[in-house]
Amino acid sequence: MDYFLKLLLSGTAKGSIYALIALGYTMVYGIIKLINFAHGEIYMIGAFVALLVGGTLQSAGVNPAVILVVSTLAAVFFAAAYGLTMEKIAYKPLRTAPRLSVLISAIGMSMFLQNLVLLSQTEKYLSFPSFLPEFLFLKPIRGYINSTQFIILIITSIVMVLLTLLIKFTLIGKAMRATSQDREMAQLVGININSVITVTFIIGSATAAIGGILICSYMGQINYYIGFIAGIKAFVAAVLGGIGSIPGAVLGSFVLGWTESLGTGYISSDYEDSFAFIILILILTVKPSGILGRKENQKV
Amino acid sequence: MKKLLLIAMAVLLVLAGCSKESKTIKLGVAGAHSGDLASYGIPSVHAAELVVEMYNANGGAAGKKIELVVEDDQCKPEIATNTASKLVGAEVVAVMGHICSGATKAALGIYKDSKIPTISPSATNPPLTQSGDYPNFFRTIAPDDAQANLAVDFIIKSLNLKKVAILHDKGDYGKGFAELCKAAAEANGVEVVLFEGVNPGAPDYSAVVNKIGNSGAAGVVWGGYHPEASKLVQQMKDKGMNIPFVSDDGVKDDTFIEVAGKYAEGVYATGPIDTSSNPMAIKAIADHKAKYGDEPGAFFLNAYAATVAVLNAIEKSGKTDYDSITNALRSEYVETPLGKISFDSRGDAIGIGFSVYQVQNGKYVVVNQ
Repeated sequence: MDYFLKLLLSGTAKGSIYALIALGYTMVYGIIKLINFAHGEIYMIGAFVALLVGGTLQSAGVNPAVILVVSTLAAVFFAAAYGLTMEKIAYKPLRTAPRLSVLISAIGMSMFLQNLVLLSQTEKYLSFPSFLPEFLFLKPIRGYINSTQFIILIITSIVMVLLTLLIKFTLIGKAMRATSQDREMAQLVGININSVITVTFIIGSATAAIGGILICSYMGQINYYIGFIAGIKAFVAAVLGGIGSIPGAVLGSFVLGWTESLGTGYISSDYEDSFAFIILILILTVKPSGILGRKENQKV
Repeated sequence: MKKLLLIAMAVLLVLAGCSKESKTIKLGVAGAHSGDLASYGIPSVHAAELVVEMYNANGGAAGKKIELVVEDDQCKPEIATNTASKLVGAEVVAVMGHICSGATKAALGIYKDSKIPTISPSATNPPLTQSGDYPNFFRTIAPDDAQANLAVDFIIKSLNLKKVAILHDKGDYGKGFAELCKAAAEANGVEVVLFEGVNPGAPDYSAVVNKIGNSGAAGVVWGGYHPEASKLVQQMKDKGMNIPFVSDDGVKDDTFIEVAGKYAEGVYATGPIDTSSNPMAIKAIADHKAKYGDEPGAFFLNAYAATVAVLNAIEKSGKTDYDSITNALRSEYVETPLGKISFDSRGDAIGIGFSVYQVQNGKYVVVNQ
C-alpha cells in the first residue's frame, strides 16, 4: 500500500509537470484550432532566458527571492515575445490556408527554434540552478514528494484555475470563446480576432515559460532538446484529456502520469511509453474527443 | 630500355632474395590502410614505423635490424585472409594487427597454423581472447566487457554489495554495458533485483527510483550517459536513498559533475586509465608530430605499445621463434605509453583498460589502485 501510494504521488508529480506544458498547448488549440508544435520550444527558451538572467544575478550575489522574480519576469517577457513573433511570421500569413499547412509551419518553427538555440547557445547539457526555495518535509512525507514537486503541483493548479477564470469570466475570455466558435461571425460582431489571437499566444507562451523555470529547477539541467520531448508528452496529455479543454489538459496529464508511474512500478519502465500510448488508444476508442473534450466534426 | 628495366628489376629481386637470408627481423603490420576505415589503421603504421626507427637506431632487437612488412586488409574479413597469407609468405616473425575485430578473427586462424604471434592494438571483441581458440593472440586494448567486469568486481570486492539494481538508457552503449554487468554479477553470485531501461530525456524518474527503493537493492548500476545519471542521483538523494551509484565512462565526464553538482558526490564511474601524463606517451605523440606533421589518430598509443611489447619480447628472449616470443610476452613486464604492461594467459593486457573513479570534492579520483 505504501509502495502504491509512493507511485501514485510520483505519478501526480509527473502529471503536474506534463500539465504545466499541456495547459498552453490546449489553450492555443481551443481558441485558434492550431496544434502549436513549437510550444515545447517556447518552454525551452523561457528556461534558457531564466538561466541566463538568474545565473548572472546569482553570481552577482543578489537575494534569491529577487532572482526568482526577476528571472521569471524576464523569461515570461522573452517567451511572450517569441510566441508573438512566431505567430506573426509562421501562422498569421496562413490564417486562411488549410489546417494542414499551418501544422507543417508549426513543425518547421519547432525545428527552427531548436536549432537556433543549439547554434546560438550550446549543444551541451548545462546545470540549471534551483531558483525555488527548498525546504525539507518531515520524515514520512519526505519519501513521497519533495518541495519542488510540491511547488510545481501548486503552481499548476493555480495556472489552471486562473486560465479557466480568464476564459469564462473576462471580456477577453468572452472574445476568445467567440473566436473559437466562429471566427467570421466573431469578426462581424466587432471582435478584433487578430488581437485576440495575439493575446492567446502571449498567455500560452507565458505559461510555457513558467513551466520551463519550474521543471528545469526540478530536473537540474537544461539542453536545447528538452522542449521537444516534453512537448510530445504534453501533446499526448492534452489529446487524452480532450484538446481544447483546460481542466481536460490537467486531468489528461494526471492520467498519463499515473499510468506511466504505476506501469513502471508494477510492470517495467522499459514499456513506459507503450503504457502511455495504450491508454491514449483505449480512451480515444471509447471517447474520440478525449476525456473532457467536446464533440467536433473537424480534427487534424 | 625495357630490357634494361627488366634487368634492373631482376637485380633488385635477387637483392631482395638475398636480404631474406640476411640479418633482419621481419615484423608484419596489418590493418585498414585504405577504404572507409583507413583512419583506424594508418596511425598504427605510423606507430610501428616510429618504434622500429627507435629500435634500429639502437642496433635493433636481439642484435638484428627490424624491417616492417605492411599489408592492407581494409578491415574486411575476406581480404584479411589474403593479407595474412601474404605476411606468412613474407616470413614475418610476428604481426602487429589487425585493426577490426572481424578481420582479426578471419586472419587469426592462418597465423595460428603458421605459429605466428599476433598482437592487435584495437580488436575489442571479447571472445578473441576469452574463447581460448587463439593462443597466438594478444592485444593492447581492453576487451568490450572489461569495463563491466571491472565495475562488478568493484561492487563485490570493494563495496560488498549482494543485491543490485541495474538500469540503462535502452541505447546500444548503455544497454550493452548493463547486460554485461548483469551477466558478470549473476556469474559471481550477486543478485540482480531489478533490470530495466528508462526513457532517455524524460523529466522525471521518481517512479523508477521508488521501484529501486522497493526492490531492496543495496546499490545501483547505471549503463548510459550523464544527463540521465544526474537526474537519477538527484531524485534518489531527494528520497533519502544513499546507496552507492556505479556507472560507466559515459558518466566519467566532468560535465556530469558540473550538471549534478552536490548530488554527484560519491558517485562511482569506470573510465579509461589516464595516460596523458605518461612520459613515453608524450614523447610518442611529439615524435609523431615531428615526423608526420599532425596529431596521431585513433589507437596510435595502443599500436605503439603493441610494437614495443613484441620487440621487447624478442629482445628479452633473444630469439624469434613462436614459443620464445609468446612466453616473453606473458612473462615480461614492459614500459609502454599505456603504462607498464604484461599479458595474461589468454592474451589480454594486464595494466591496460579502466580504473574506477569516484567523485570526491567535485573531482573524479581513482579509487581502485
